[in-house]
Amino acid sequence: MTQATTSPSWERLRDPSFWADWTAAVALVLLIIGFSIASPVFLTLGNIQALLLAAAILVVLTIGQTYVILTGGIDLSVASILTLGSVVLGQAYSRGWGIGVACLLAIVTGTLVGLINGLVIAKGKITDFIVTLGSLSAASGAALVLSNGRPVQIADPFLLRLATGRLGPIGYFVILAAIVAIIAHFVLFHSRFGTHLLATGGDTEAARAMGINTDRIKITAYIISGCLAGIAGVLLTARVGAAEPASNTSFLLNSVAAVVLGGVSLFGGRGTVIGPVVGALLLTALVNGLTLLAVSQFYQPLAVGIVVVLAALLMRYQQ
Amino acid sequence: MSFNEPIHRSENHRAENEAGNGSSHPDSIPPPFTDDDFLPSEAVRSIPAQPDRANVLLYIDQVSKWFGNVHAITDITIWANRGEITAIVGDNGAGKSTLIKCISGVHGPTAGQVFLDGKPVHFTSPEDARRAGIETVYQTLALCNDLTIWQNLFLNREMVNHWGPLSFLDQRAMRRRSAEMLSRLEVNIPSINARVRRLSGGQRQAVAISRAAGWGSRLVIMDEPTAALGVRETARVEELILRLRDDGLAVLLISHNFDQVMRLSNQIWVMRSGRLVGGRRTQDTSGKELVSMITGAQQEEAL
Ligand SMILES: Nc1ncnc2c1ncn2[C@@H]1O[C@H](COP(=O)(O)OP(=O)(O)OP(=O)(O)O)[C@@H](O)[C@H]1O
Ligand SMILES: [Mg+2]
Repeated sequence: MTQATTSPSWERLRDPSFWADWTAAVALVLLIIGFSIASPVFLTLGNIQALLLAAAILVVLTIGQTYVILTGGIDLSVASILTLGSVVLGQAYSRGWGIGVACLLAIVTGTLVGLINGLVIAKGKITDFIVTLGSLSAASGAALVLSNGRPVQIADPFLLRLATGRLGPIGYFVILAAIVAIIAHFVLFHSRFGTHLLATGGDTEAARAMGINTDRIKITAYIISGCLAGIAGVLLTARVGAAEPASNTSFLLNSVAAVVLGGVSLFGGRGTVIGPVVGALLLTALVNGLTLLAVSQFYQPLAVGIVVVLAALLMRYQQ
Repeated sequence: MSFNEPIHRSENHRAENEAGNGSSHPDSIPPPFTDDDFLPSEAVRSIPAQPDRANVLLYIDQVSKWFGNVHAITDITIWANRGEITAIVGDNGAGKSTLIKCISGVHGPTAGQVFLDGKPVHFTSPEDARRAGIETVYQTLALCNDLTIWQNLFLNREMVNHWGPLSFLDQRAMRRRSAEMLSRLEVNIPSINARVRRLSGGQRQAVAISRAAGWGSRLVIMDEPTAALGVRETARVEELILRLRDDGLAVLLISHNFDQVMRLSNQIWVMRSGRLVGGRRTQDTSGKELVSMITGAQQEEAL
């Protein structure tokens, strides 16, 4: 007879992929313990606030990357879209179009690049890797063209408040990132779209046989990624106080790294939102801790690379 | 050849037959469902029984599907009754999968007409066919390994709760319904919350069949449901197929296993090189006769 009543939460604890999802969380806890022993400053409220603030932009970017990777694709253009969004914001603002319009334009630009990515990948049947590599280059090129290669200072009270304001002890950035994460989680696990996204990534043929429009799902994932990269562009502009056309390659690497750390299968179809968010926190904490310990900046990318490859290895063992 | 053996490839037969076939293809779609259509066409030799109007659910009238120059199937006229298992047998490449794809909405037929319950139907997608009550268990099963059993059962048919303009999955209702769908067919599954990846081949097949049977479907098409299974799992899946029949569904079964076809089916259609070579009530035929029909040995003997 069918036994349908076993509690799902207990069931999940025995599933090895459940533990793979939590690799990042375990690593984060270990890292926090290690750093707090090594540096008394690490666990202070001020440092935690700074850490979360620094993580917020990466979290937003990572969530978009997560959706794309869940479909079995990859978005290499997120960091360039972020830069382009920031430049669009700066250009619109310096032309006196107002901060609201400028921010909106930045997000719309990101969304459009995402739409183009998705259309070319799904309808043009070209590999995601090549398409988004192309738009990585095209978007950073467009940012340079638009700005003439020059940064624009933006001293806007709204952006300043966004970057420095807080609700109680929690900064607006952090609240925004948390809202994005919560919505992304609910969409993934409590909406039809989320199930179809996982199905499309897990087995495109099966999803199509069940009547799911897999092209539409893939396009939507790239749109979401582009839109979130645009939002991240606004956040970065607020944080830096300027729109800079210089590329932000570490954001690209870190967003993919956070997704891998978060236990999302690079083949698509399996993963969570929480995992990559924790992955992004882990990477930020790593950099933050190393800085506190006065380790040279040059070692940070090295450390990030080692952690990511180790996490990937660990996950292979668990499955 | 013993009739327990699966049918072996005979590429050369196919090649010989293809050369002569295909020139007699009709240009126009024949008139729907007249008594004349029930008469064996020239392609349908040796059919002992006429279709029994009251019981026919699916009637396929002179259906052809050509891919450019490849005449995958030509002028196929067969039918399937409610509460019966109808088998389609034939060598590799005979056109069996192509024929069922014309029924399940994957392909539009190049010519000919499909009737469901006496009414002509035109499906433009598998979704269309599913809505009309035709479910297909594909050779590949079309299950998503990383989703749970209940998610697979409800894939693209999720139940939702509406909160204003938003809608959320009604997981509780889907879990409950999933348990019912599986227990109706007495399927043995550890838990509906298990991911399909963890299931055995037979359990997967059972999930795919339960999904096909669970949506008020009238016709369930199965493309080699036991090809990849062991002896015990095959027996369980066969029980499932019989249960569908007892529920009054029409089952269209493609199988390479003669023994299975002889045990399960009520009616057998034999295809060779994209053509129908004959139909038999199962009790009127033998494995030996089927083999000779499939390979064309009968013809050669006659020559
Ligand atoms: N999409 C297609 N395009 C071109 N030719 C096709 C296509 N689908 C099937 N065919 C051809 O039609 C013929 C019949 O193929 P089909 O898959 O229907 O055979 P089958 O009876 O299901 O064989 P098997 O027992 O191996 O599954 C084959 O010659 C095949 O190559
Ligand atoms: Mg086939």
